[in-house]
Amino acid sequence: MELLSGGEMIARAMEDEGVEFIFGYPGGAVLHIYDALFKSCKVPHILVRHEQAATHAADGYARATGKPGVVLVTSGPGATNAITGIATAYMDSIPMVVLSGQVMSHLIGEDAFQETDMLGISRPIVKHSFQVSRTEDIPEIIKKAFYIASSGRPGPVVIDLPKDLTNPHDKFEYNYPKKVKLRSYTPAARGHSGQIKKAASLLLGAKRPVIYAGGGVVQGNASEQLRVLARELNFPVTHTLMGLGAYPASDRQFLGMLGMHGFYEANNAMHHSDVILAVGARFDDRVTNTCAKFCPGAKIVHIDIDPAAISKTIAADVPIVGPVDSVLTDLLAVIREMRQADSSLPDASSLKHWWSQIDEWRDAHGLWVKPRYDISTPYIKPQQVIETLCKVTHGKAYVSSDVGQHQMFAAQYYKFDEPRRWLNSGGLGTMGFGLPAAMGAKLAFPDADVACVTGEGSIQMNIQELSTCAQYNIPVKIISLYNGYLGMVKQWQDMQYEGRYSESVYENSLPDFVKLTEAYGHVGIKVTQLSDLEEAMKEAFARKNDLVFMDIHVDPHEHVYPMHIAPNGSMRDMWLSKTERT
Amino acid sequence: MMRHIISVLMENEPGALSRVVGLFSQRGYNIETLNVAPTEDPTLSRLTLTTIGDDHKIEQITKHLNRLIDVVKLVDLSEGSHIERELMLVKVRATGAQRAEIKRCTDIFRGQIVDVGPSVYTIQVTGAADKLDSFLEAVGEAAIMEVVRSGVSGIARGEKVLSL
Repeated sequence: MELLSGGEMIARAMEDEGVEFIFGYPGGAVLHIYDALFKSCKVPHILVRHEQAATHAADGYARATGKPGVVLVTSGPGATNAITGIATAYMDSIPMVVLSGQVMSHLIGEDAFQETDMLGISRPIVKHSFQVSRTEDIPEIIKKAFYIASSGRPGPVVIDLPKDLTNPHDKFEYNYPKKVKLRSYTPAARGHSGQIKKAASLLLGAKRPVIYAGGGVVQGNASEQLRVLARELNFPVTHTLMGLGAYPASDRQFLGMLGMHGFYEANNAMHHSDVILAVGARFDDRVTNTCAKFCPGAKIVHIDIDPAAISKTIAADVPIVGPVDSVLTDLLAVIREMRQADSSLPDASSLKHWWSQIDEWRDAHGLWVKPRYDISTPYIKPQQVIETLCKVTHGKAYVSSDVGQHQMFAAQYYKFDEPRRWLNSGGLGTMGFGLPAAMGAKLAFPDADVACVTGEGSIQMNIQELSTCAQYNIPVKIISLYNGYLGMVKQWQDMQYEGRYSESVYENSLPDFVKLTEAYGHVGIKVTQLSDLEEAMKEAFARKNDLVFMDIHVDPHEHVYPMHIAPNGSMRDMWLSKTERT
Repeated sequence: MMRHIISVLMENEPGALSRVVGLFSQRGYNIETLNVAPTEDPTLSRLTLTTIGDDHKIEQITKHLNRLIDVVKLVDLSEGSHIERELMLVKVRATGAQRAEIKRCTDIFRGQIVDVGPSVYTIQVTGAADKLDSFLEAVGEAAIMEVVRSGVSGIARGEKVLSL
């Protein structure tokens, strides 16, 4: 039997767990662990420049791969800096294990140097957390943390590690468990067969159905099952911001994103539907608009692994708790059986009327039918940048985004055909997410194109990571839409505050991003003319081994449309341009 | 809006209670009373809380409680036939003719005088929460010096048990 110290146990457990990268930052309370990593650990460690970036990079890695991201930070400020990234992962149900250092056991509660109550601070934003009280428990706790983080509805798990328990001189038996069982935690393995039958009859009787699929389909690896079911039924599919890519954007049955900045045809299909099949989605306020006016004629089938997500804001008529992949598989089997048993049941062609209605909506205002933005201005339009990005990368890149107008443009105009390509902070809406998330994805898939769509506001929230990219040669492409404003804030101020730009203007304070990028040893390209855009972007992506920062100057006054009319609007109430509304 | 007694069996781990209490404040739910203690199995604690809400809110509360990893099982006792008890200690001013009056009142409520001083009684009363309320009303605000209530405990009637 092997004897290891607490620090060595952590290093070894990372290997045994198959961890590919540790994103972290050292400090006093974790020095024993860092020494163990240095001496023996085969798992590479990525030294970020700020702990927030460690969590976002681990998060980006997790979103792109489906495997839990791993973070190691010290106590006190190291732990608190990680909080935003933990909250981001929690809101979007991303698997993550965060190891945070803690002051020595006997100092806990004494306001020791760099002490903070990490368990207390992180409690509302973690799926679970552990404080280690005995070194010999470390292997089992780590195993449990990975199991909890990645099973059921995934989420971040924090392990708080008092420094004395990682002391190199105190060695204990190390045995990494192959499996753990928790008596108080058993995520549903299958959906209820009776409920699935009910859902099947409802779906087969639908005249105006729509599938509303969210991030749960991506996190639950159920894209394939969703595609097969949707095609079998000939149902239209719309995605939440988090679901993009689960159903192929280039497929005729895809209606685009729904919700606040959703497509006209998607929001209308929802509003006028008679049956909604909600899969791994949570009816959040950015989707529903006013709950009381939500889809008045629709019966709702809601599939989710988390019972608490069901009937939280909108009541489900047929709730099904279970993993989306297995429920969709079972649902498809039941539908096929029912159709075989009863040939009088309507087939795919029965939705002809519904589809012609949807196509009418699509032709009228669909964003992909023709440009709906004003091309008469001298500026590059932000939409054109994303269209060009999609073209140059053949719709196959991993695209992370920050938060704001550029995020919505990316969601609307980049056509994701595959899941896990779109990495964005949907729930928490965290500016500063994009660059570190792109780093995580690029490390996982070094041969793939990885782009970070951002703005000059968001990028400055974690711009220090350009240095990390230099150290580890992480050649992501930064597509920064420069408009000199906090664009989304400005849009709201235009629409609701009579254009009073309270603290949303940068004036002449912005750095020369090309020079700044060059100072970090990377390549910067500034684009101000539409005619240069495509060539410049091609050049950026042709530089396989360079991080390229594209500083693209776009129309400073552009707004994101459609946009839900709120408050008191329904799904179908939208602004379509600055002057036109439904 | 109904009062519900939610009884929770959870891991007897440090931090488990704070997760439950935190959940209530985080999601804007109300806790009227709360008590918690280990069970016959020292690895498990039994927590009982009362809260007020409509069906939708209570459903959300039970779902979110169930989502906590430390929560093993829970039951909304108010959904079925159950026994509810609360223990109360009341210190009252008891002088002159009032001493006999308070003693009589205590007997009526099947309470016990558990401590006696020259001018004070400390009375223990157990029962459902509304019985304790009635006792306080009967004694009268003027006489009451201090009230300590344990919060509601409850258990289902008959064969039903909340256990592993």
